[in-house]
Amino acid sequence: MIIKHLFKLFILLFIFSCHNETHISKIEGKRIEINADIASDTAIENFIKPYRENVNKNLDSIISYAPETYSKTDGELNTAIGNLMADAVFEESNPVFKQRTGKNIDLVLLNHGGIRSIISKGNVTTRTAFEVMPFENSVVVVAMKGEQVLDMMQYLAQAKRAHPVSNHLQLELGKDFEISSATLNGKPIDKDAIYHVATNDYLYNGGDRMTFFHPNDSLYVLDYKIRNVLIDYFKKKDTINPKRDNRFIKLED
Amino acid sequence: MKRRQFIQQSTAATALLGLGGLGLQSFGPETKKITILHTNDVHSHIDPFGPDHERNANKGGVARRATLVESIRKENPNTLLLDAGDIFQGTPYFNYYGGELEFKLMSMLDYDLATIGNHDFDNGIDGLYAQLPHAKFEFVSANYDFSNTVMDTHVKPYKILVKDGIKIGVFGLGVQLEGLVDKNMYKETVYQNPIEVAQDMSRILREEQKCDLVICLSHIGYYYRNRPERVSDLNLARATKDIDLIIGGHTHTFLPKPTIEKNSAGKNVLINQVGAYGLYLGKIDFYFEPGEPVKSDGASIIV
Repeated sequence: MIIKHLFKLFILLFIFSCHNETHISKIEGKRIEINADIASDTAIENFIKPYRENVNKNLDSIISYAPETYSKTDGELNTAIGNLMADAVFEESNPVFKQRTGKNIDLVLLNHGGIRSIISKGNVTTRTAFEVMPFENSVVVVAMKGEQVLDMMQYLAQAKRAHPVSNHLQLELGKDFEISSATLNGKPIDKDAIYHVATNDYLYNGGDRMTFFHPNDSLYVLDYKIRNVLIDYFKKKDTINPKRDNRFIKLED
Repeated sequence: MKRRQFIQQSTAATALLGLGGLGLQSFGPETKKITILHTNDVHSHIDPFGPDHERNANKGGVARRATLVESIRKENPNTLLLDAGDIFQGTPYFNYYGGELEFKLMSMLDYDLATIGNHDFDNGIDGLYAQLPHAKFEFVSANYDFSNTVMDTHVKPYKILVKDGIKIGVFGLGVQLEGLVDKNMYKETVYQNPIEVAQDMSRILREEQKCDLVICLSHIGYYYRNRPERVSDLNLARATKDIDLIIGGHTHTFLPKPTIEKNSAGKNVLINQVGAYGLYLGKIDFYFEPGEPVKSDGASIIV
């Protein structure tokens, strides 16, 4: 009996060790749409369910309250939602940066296009943070010359958009969008000094044609996602209260 | 071995095994059919799109894909299920579970192989490595050298699968990471020229390993209209030989049907990509006949 099996095995091995000469005679190719006409597999569906419920429970957990609806189109050069984001990046990342380097962040710059959703009046949830910031971008701090900070001011003046900046900056434009005054923490920008500017890795790498971050003295990668900044910020505020203010304005004559 | 002798031996073997009650179909005269199913750039889209979505309302969904794959497998057990990368990133499932659910579900659907896309590095190469225990399928990538990373030995350049006696060689290709992915994420992963690697791979699989079917699982992108010289699936097809099928990804190209392209030897190559988010399943059926091809112009292709 054993011999018989060994013989079978031998023959099988023998067959598969030979190259079986075949050729492709016909190929048929198509795509099949996955839509509601196809029933869901119950086992898969049941497997996903607890994950989905947990994610939704988490995303829908209330972490703050918004007394108004805030949109990035609320103002010409600064908006409540943009100010909130830039100030949140400072408030949440400066302690991390200071602990690591002993230095403070002098200014935060984000981009207007990076505000991906409104914050609606009512409860603020984790989902709100995912909607406002669906991308994975993280905070970086760039040590750059005042000269480049001045280039940044030129960029902001020419862009004429409400790119979010933190409340450390006071940038005033004249009626033709020329810079009439630019101060950081109440002082003029010194072109030879080194400033620590926090932004996100997308902008640092030239997103929105922000080329002024290069060259630079050093780059500090905080490994802190902007979305997590927002979540942490919201969790600390019972009610958010962002305001449009005078940090970046055009003077009317 | 001389062919005639071979036929005699195999006939004898069939007869013998037949007596033993073990019919060996693979040496019968009939046609064999191998079905290749594929997805790409699913990007953590586990649930179908909601009814209010502007473009993809009520489309997609892993649980539906499972039903479809199972029904195709029932029809033809000689089926492979492949994914061309960017499994990760795109819904909160990834943010919450880091890819665990994606890998677990692909394992439940019995995926055979996947290649690695740029977004699969989104939690760093360590984040990808951490999810490997959840994947029962294997990864292939021939042009990423992972030797100096945690992924070393966990990714093979190619894999040979045998279905119904048909030897199927599948190799993987990944997109250039520099400029696309933060270096801190991919660390010491070394990218090599996909075309040179593919030339090597197809030779190994076809000539050395004697594969009957050679498939490239690619995440290099279908074609770049604004940079036509950039390495892409179309350029890869033209610059190589001995590849039968390129399954693509990265560019989220929704091909209504597979593209037929001529390779460097003037033979047909099929390229297919099914866009993104699990909205479609690609299905390519290969029919095999024993012996040498009768016609010199290759297989008939119906797309």
